[in-house]
Amino acid sequence: MTEDLSKQPFLLARADDLITWAQKNSLWPFGSGLACCAIEMIATAAARFDIARFGMELFRASPRQADLFIVAGTVTNKMAPVIRRLWDQMPDPKWALAMGNCAIGGGPFPTYSVLQGVDKIIPVDVYVAGCPPTPQGLIHGLMTLQEKIARSHPTKEILDPHARRSL
Amino acid sequence: MPDAASDRFEIRQAVDQLSARFPGEVLAVAVEKGETAVHLGKKGLILVLRFLKEELGFNALEDIVVLDNLRTAAEGGPRFTVLYQVGRFPAAVRLRLAVAVGEDEILDSAVPVYRSADWAEREAYDMFGLRFDGHPDLRRIYMPEDFEGHPLRKDFPLQGRDGGV
Repeated sequence: MTEDLSKQPFLLARADDLITWAQKNSLWPFGSGLACCAIEMIATAAARFDIARFGMELFRASPRQADLFIVAGTVTNKMAPVIRRLWDQMPDPKWALAMGNCAIGGGPFPTYSVLQGVDKIIPVDVYVAGCPPTPQGLIHGLMTLQEKIARSHPTKEILDPHARRSL
Repeated sequence: MPDAASDRFEIRQAVDQLSARFPGEVLAVAVEKGETAVHLGKKGLILVLRFLKEELGFNALEDIVVLDNLRTAAEGGPRFTVLYQVGRFPAAVRLRLAVAVGEDEILDSAVPVYRSADWAEREAYDMFGLRFDGHPDLRRIYMPEDFEGHPLRKDFPLQGRDGGV
């Protein structure tokens, strides 16, 4: 360290902590509003509940610009390949949140046309129960995801490419 | 019910005209809950539809509905009943045609008469496996293309093939 720089104030941090701190506070959600849960997701994004407080207000219309997939609503078997493709189009690192009982396990539709849980096609990080979950519930789920991200070790992936967390 | 739809003059007139024109095809005229259904033979269906549209002014085929008579079919009855709901607008006169079809029988398509039959017949094909001769594009309309079976048939497993929950 040169003489000049040593006189400047600086902070020391583990790379993992620094990276996850940035990741968890700037999640860009890709909202897939598949059913009534979408209304609660929209309310969560709007002024009253305002997830801008968590750095998450930037709902993207393209999966390529998002790193959080909020599956809000009923996934039908016909929609399932589309959901899987959208997930594959999201760049790593990425997380998925299953919002509502339908996305978790088919909800009240144990039928021929509904996928019995979105975790059959994409890896889900956080499940938010409810029919639909309240905005408070979704925010709790997002904060749980933040805690999960804070516990992760992104540098592991840099050092060991085989340790990629997603499918 | 004095104000029941079946008591309307226009409907009685239409049913009388149908019976007079197609004595061999009109099998029965049933009134249930105030609504009139004309039971037809399979062969006369398109002729009757064309007559209703071109001469009696029924300008809309509103829907095609299929009933699966699984239980009575086991006793020798027809497997399906296909209901054609036609309407005359703006007077809002409605009439129902009923045709009995067996499991392996093919109905004539109503698309040449009413273009609105296109998607309705695709739905009947998708959900019940009914086939329509002369339909321009008989594909599934709701289910994925690789789906097997016809889910609204009563012998289709209620929770789907993969076990549902």
